[in-house]
Amino acid sequence: MTGWEPVVGLEIHIQLKTQTKMFCRCENVWGEGPNTRTCPVCLAHPGTLPVPNGRAIEWAVKLGLALGCEVAERSVFHRKNYFYPDLPKGYQISQYDEPLCTAGRFAVPGSGGDHEIGIVRAHLEEDAAKTVHVGGKAGRISGAAHSLVDFNRGGTPLVEIVTEPDLHSPEEARRFLQLLRQTVVELGISDAEMEKGSLRCDANVSVRREGEEGLRTKTELKNMNSFKFVGDGIAAEVARQIEVYESGGEVGQETLHFDPASGRISSLRSKEEAHDYRYFPEPDLVPVEPPAALVERMRAEIGELPAARIRRLEGELDFDLSYGLVASGRDELYERVPGERRAVANVVMNQLAATGAHPGRVNAEELGKLIEARDRIPRATFDEALTAAGEPGFTAERYLAEEAVTDASELDPVIERVLAANGSQVAAYRSGKEGLLGFFVGQVMRETQGKANPKVVNERLRERLGA
Amino acid sequence: MIDTLRLTAEDAAGLLKRKEVSSEELTRAYRASIAERDPELHAYLHVTESADGDGVPIALKDVITTKGVPTTAASRILEGYVPVFDSTVAACCKDAGLPLLGKTNLDEFAMGSSTENSGFGPTRNPWDPERVPGGSSGGSAAAVAGGLAPWALGSDTGGSIKQPASLCGLVGLRPTYGTVSRYGIVAFASSLDQVGPLTKTVRDSALLMQVISGADPRDSTTVELPQPIELPEAEDLRGLRIGIPRELNEAEGMEPGVKQSVDAAIRLAEELGAEVGETRLPRSVEFGLACYYLIAPAEASANLARYDGVRFGHRAQVDGDLTELYERTRWEGFGDEPKRRIMLGTYALSAGYYEAYYGQAQKVRTVIKDEFAAAFRDFDLLVSPTSPTVAFRLGEKAENPLAMYLSDVLTIPPNMAGLPGLSIPCGLSEGLPVGLQLIGPQFSENALFRAGHALERAFAFDYVPERLR
Repeated sequence: MTGWEPVVGLEIHIQLKTQTKMFCRCENVWGEGPNTRTCPVCLAHPGTLPVPNGRAIEWAVKLGLALGCEVAERSVFHRKNYFYPDLPKGYQISQYDEPLCTAGRFAVPGSGGDHEIGIVRAHLEEDAAKTVHVGGKAGRISGAAHSLVDFNRGGTPLVEIVTEPDLHSPEEARRFLQLLRQTVVELGISDAEMEKGSLRCDANVSVRREGEEGLRTKTELKNMNSFKFVGDGIAAEVARQIEVYESGGEVGQETLHFDPASGRISSLRSKEEAHDYRYFPEPDLVPVEPPAALVERMRAEIGELPAARIRRLEGELDFDLSYGLVASGRDELYERVPGERRAVANVVMNQLAATGAHPGRVNAEELGKLIEARDRIPRATFDEALTAAGEPGFTAERYLAEEAVTDASELDPVIERVLAANGSQVAAYRSGKEGLLGFFVGQVMRETQGKANPKVVNERLRERLGA
Repeated sequence: MIDTLRLTAEDAAGLLKRKEVSSEELTRAYRASIAERDPELHAYLHVTESADGDGVPIALKDVITTKGVPTTAASRILEGYVPVFDSTVAACCKDAGLPLLGKTNLDEFAMGSSTENSGFGPTRNPWDPERVPGGSSGGSAAAVAGGLAPWALGSDTGGSIKQPASLCGLVGLRPTYGTVSRYGIVAFASSLDQVGPLTKTVRDSALLMQVISGADPRDSTTVELPQPIELPEAEDLRGLRIGIPRELNEAEGMEPGVKQSVDAAIRLAEELGAEVGETRLPRSVEFGLACYYLIAPAEASANLARYDGVRFGHRAQVDGDLTELYERTRWEGFGDEPKRRIMLGTYALSAGYYEAYYGQAQKVRTVIKDEFAAAFRDFDLLVSPTSPTVAFRLGEKAENPLAMYLSDVLTIPPNMAGLPGLSIPCGLSEGLPVGLQLIGPQFSENALFRAGHALERAFAFDYVPERLR
């Protein structure tokens, strides 16, 4: 890796959760029976015409503004022509040289400061239908015995976001995508779930020598369906390209598929045989001209963006915790809970998250009381309280009444038993493996059913093992 | 006894209103005429067995989607397709109580000027069955002229209402683009397609326009007419400024008989009180046709992509892969003219050619609009022949697409500008009707009807074909 710089741009598709589809009034819903949400318009019967979804346009404007984009005063839908069974009209209504939103910047905070990622454009389009290829290999159409098409997804609204090639590590790409997802979820315009395909990401990847100007040939990495795979896929492709260059080869322009199971990259199709999409303005639609009042109304609905919140939290927490809270959408709760900031952050980010309690439903005042008392009450009681913290009417009072066992006379016999039963670990600890302390604490906590005060157990164990 | 050849829709409505005849009796009379004369004319692709409504029956061009009634656009690729929904104009006709007589023949996907390009055989002209009725709405025109329907709807992209009206001695209105819904109209060229009436009189045209016009939430390109359509009454043209665009009146290939009829019509207009003067549309006429034959095929190449054999219509029997299914289905299903235009359009939109062809044509279109707008600063209406020729013989131009394309050289320029146009019969040449084209600014339908009505009275043209009188 040394001496090389990855250059990555992302193409992201976000499915808007509008009530109805982009150009017809069929219900926009996931997981219903095949072809139960269709009409003559989204099946492209002769003579049918598209009518744009006003809400989708509003939401795309809102998202564009959150990405720091300029909203075009006049924007045009184009037809993108190609033949495939998932595209009933034989063209997709998309946008081309007059997109709704352009020239944005989206900040990705890192431990070393913010990195602004350029947004080339964010435009509206309709999704294709879903195809299932039965028989044949790897779910591909070639060699399949037959193929099935589900038009429920056909014609649902998508926003496509294209970034500049401003991302310079797999980690940064992953972080950009996570913050983008969080932004979209907070705007209330999409579920943005990668597993369900309501957030999809392709990456354009190239590498260059550090300090080198200009860009080398890029490859397109398709459909990585989790944040982890986005990071892993880009890392694998970066490594492959470096190896190609270092062994004297050339990287060819192609579309690639990342297999998360094997970690391997394989070629989908060569870009040379790419389609000529023959874009031209969609004559069935008039240009979209969002009124200034609409743009301002959308702007007013956007809250403080994730990057700004991370920066703010960094005043009281370290970067990782600040990032973690914001990227997981837990910072709102964190800010509501009174108490020592680091302790609150840790509980909200880790223990509370583990219980599955919905952060928005937690009574912050009561949680604050619980966190303040967490060294005093038994661990098991604390965990139990956290699990209940998201339930309606939750109060800390009942749990606070319980006291953790801090009395050495009660704890020492348990400690003796644990040490006696784990002779080899004791020896290992004493010969320098101090990391084993956690193991002993865990054993003692288990023996006391979580009632012991971990801090006291820690002290007593150190004392006994040091002897 | 109902004389289907002579009865206007307005008179038929009068008979119904006075209960002198019932809608069923009217419909029966037209069915009898269809049974008698359609074997010769072949105006219809489908005749309904029964239809609801208590009004004046109507025939619809087979690009107009009708729920439960086959709609083929005269293409083999849509053979057997029965729509599950009504087009907005078909719904308007139903709401007005107009029973559907049937679906009329056309050039496949409205691509042509003679109705010879139908996938199901040509239609013949009621004035002379050896001649074409014009196209692409030739079936609708032949049906009305031949007494097989009191009125009909056609669609006009480059002249497909005005030109067959001219060749069949009828009144044809191409409305202002955006005033009649295109929802459910099998698309040829979306930025040009417009549905309009084919009738015996100007007042019938206005009556039918009242039924079909108006903004439609299902068609984003529609608007409400600024004024409602009025039935014309005036019999003079006092105060009307009529411009004669020189290039439209001296076009290449214009028959002397056509020119004479139109010149006589213009003199009559002056006698009726109109101020007549010359104007120029040099670029519109020089580049209009070329511009049209880039834009219309480009849009058609995309509009016809949906006929892939996957969801409806014809599907080829193939053993091979998806590509073979597409290729064979489209090869078998489309006739020569759609294939020709799909290729033209695909080429015009291709990478590296877009700017030179499609992009350039769009710029020329703006030039044409501006040229017409300038002419309308001096004149209220412009007039010219509708077609440079009277009805030509079947087969005469079928082997020469360019000669056929020239049939529309006079109707295409105003269409490119989105303008309304009315063709009314103004006389005969060699025993065949000659059409006069009246062109107005956007939304000038009422002015066109007023002028058309006054001229129609003055011409006293007999719309019943001589051989059938």
